[in-house]
Amino acid sequence: MGRIVLQKVSKKFGEIEVIPPLDLTIEDGEFAVFVGPSGCGKSTLLRLIAGLEDNTSGDIIIDGNTVTQVPPSKRGLAMVFQSYALYPHMTVRKNIGFPLRMEKMDQAEIDAKVNTAATSLNLTDYLDRKPGQLSGGQRQRVAIGRAIVREPLAFLFDEPLSNLDAALRVGMRMEILELHNKLKTTMIYVTHDQVEAMTMADKIVVLQAGVIEQVGSPLELYRAPRNLFVAGFIGSPKMNLITGPLAAKYGATTIGIRPEHIDVVASGGTWEGTVSVSEHLGSDTFLHVKVAGFEQVLTVRSIGDIAVKHGDKVSLSPRLGELHKFGADGLRIG
Amino acid sequence: MAIVAQHTKFSKVAWPVLAWAVGLLFFFPIFFMVMTSFKTDADAVKPEFLFRFTPTLENYTNMTNNYDYWRFATNSVITSVTATLFTLFVAVPCAYAMAFNPSRGTKDILMWMLSTKMLPAAAVLYPMIFMAKSLGIYDTKFLIVMVLSLINLPIAVWMLFTYFKDIPKDIIEAGQMDGLNTWGEVREILIPLAWGGIASTALLVFIFCWNEAYWTVRLTTIDAATLSKLIEGNRAPEGLFFGRLSAVSTAAVGPIVVLGWFCQKQLVQGLTFGAVK
Repeated sequence: MGRIVLQKVSKKFGEIEVIPPLDLTIEDGEFAVFVGPSGCGKSTLLRLIAGLEDNTSGDIIIDGNTVTQVPPSKRGLAMVFQSYALYPHMTVRKNIGFPLRMEKMDQAEIDAKVNTAATSLNLTDYLDRKPGQLSGGQRQRVAIGRAIVREPLAFLFDEPLSNLDAALRVGMRMEILELHNKLKTTMIYVTHDQVEAMTMADKIVVLQAGVIEQVGSPLELYRAPRNLFVAGFIGSPKMNLITGPLAAKYGATTIGIRPEHIDVVASGGTWEGTVSVSEHLGSDTFLHVKVAGFEQVLTVRSIGDIAVKHGDKVSLSPRLGELHKFGADGLRIG
Repeated sequence: MAIVAQHTKFSKVAWPVLAWAVGLLFFFPIFFMVMTSFKTDADAVKPEFLFRFTPTLENYTNMTNNYDYWRFATNSVITSVTATLFTLFVAVPCAYAMAFNPSRGTKDILMWMLSTKMLPAAAVLYPMIFMAKSLGIYDTKFLIVMVLSLINLPIAVWMLFTYFKDIPKDIIEAGQMDGLNTWGEVREILIPLAWGGIASTALLVFIFCWNEAYWTVRLTTIDAATLSKLIEGNRAPEGLFFGRLSAVSTAAVGPIVVLGWFCQKQLVQGLTFGAVK
């Protein structure tokens, strides 16, 4: 089935090594998300798996077969692109049926499969339209339809929701998750959006400069980030990272505390500060607090709407049990 | 606001007037040529018959009866069409490779191809004639097709490259994922998507082939002679017969003017390298 193993896979563009040799296993049926800042090599890694780029060294094994020398279409994978990459000159019906036509499948069988896919994706009314006549969300559904008719060993998604507006993105996120629950097929999903990563993944692979920083479930990464990069990258708003004498007090070079793990108390908290900005979202209030002796402005998340405004003095009490400690090398201590 | 309004009003009048003036200026020689082709040779040189003359078809009947117009025209059609097809046959894969699998040298190769257009044709005239004669292909349609194709390849590759560049690489890659091989990508994606660009390139190359005179006049005598040769051959020792010459010229440029008229849109697109959408 769709178990994907990368062994010492690396990629060089000319002299530049964008991905140093790395090992990674994605289990069958897993929803794996590659996440990282732009230029971290996550898309390149996906394209290596897809076969759209050749790896410089190492082996890619899909379903027990080494596919390093196998062309993209023979790897049993289907890909959904950020730009949808639909064939603009073909109708939705032809677009979805295209990979089956390439497999020289019987036309009646193609029609049946296209209709099934279109029904499950609510595209039946649009089958005779061209992609240019569809909205962004509909186009993305056609792209997904084109992928599912192939019944691939694994789906590859390359930032599929980046071109959609925020409301649509949340909806499509759910649709992709439902698809995964229904098909139980391996999915690899690339995104720079850590919220997407946290909400969708069984396994998150955090990448930076082509190097895997950490692999784990969303909550593992949230609770125990392996290093400063993962600590800063996972979680929204970002973890507060404090250096200097205060960190030394806790026996670390850097300490980290998430905004939601700092309580605003009436008085007698650990830190006293002044609110510079307060963001009232209704459900939450985000406070940006200047604390004497800290270089960084602390971000604090309070549940509900608390009546605090610019210039107010607040007393903060961090939950010490939720404190993350990092050494001089940036790695987690303890 | 008032200034803007005035400005717009001025542009609304001035630009069409200017466009018509330029258009008429360029069209006048053709108009004059067509008009002259219906005059007798004697009338053609007399200023008093500039606009008032008795039209005659004498020049045209003379042309078809004495000069074998149709043979030249057939040669022009055969060589232009074949050369256009051959040019596309080479240029499409070439531009495809350059647009979707560029290497470090791609830009240099494109520049080099363009630079060949800067070589004065006269510089290679005699080598070409000697080579053609020693290969025994002088005055053959094969030679003309080869020459026309080669001189038009750079422009065809450049044009197609520009059109192909506009096609998102993602679509080609989606095709690869869906099971297309290279030829499949060209057939299923590239040609349907760049059809307009390919058509305007073909049209332009065809026009260049049809109008080519330098090589077709010098590398042919009878067998492969095109309409350019027919016009050129209308010099007589007694001097120029303007009526006859105009008829021959009209018959030579006629087909291309008609073709150009019907394909105006594609031509403009082709000449501006797709800048006009």
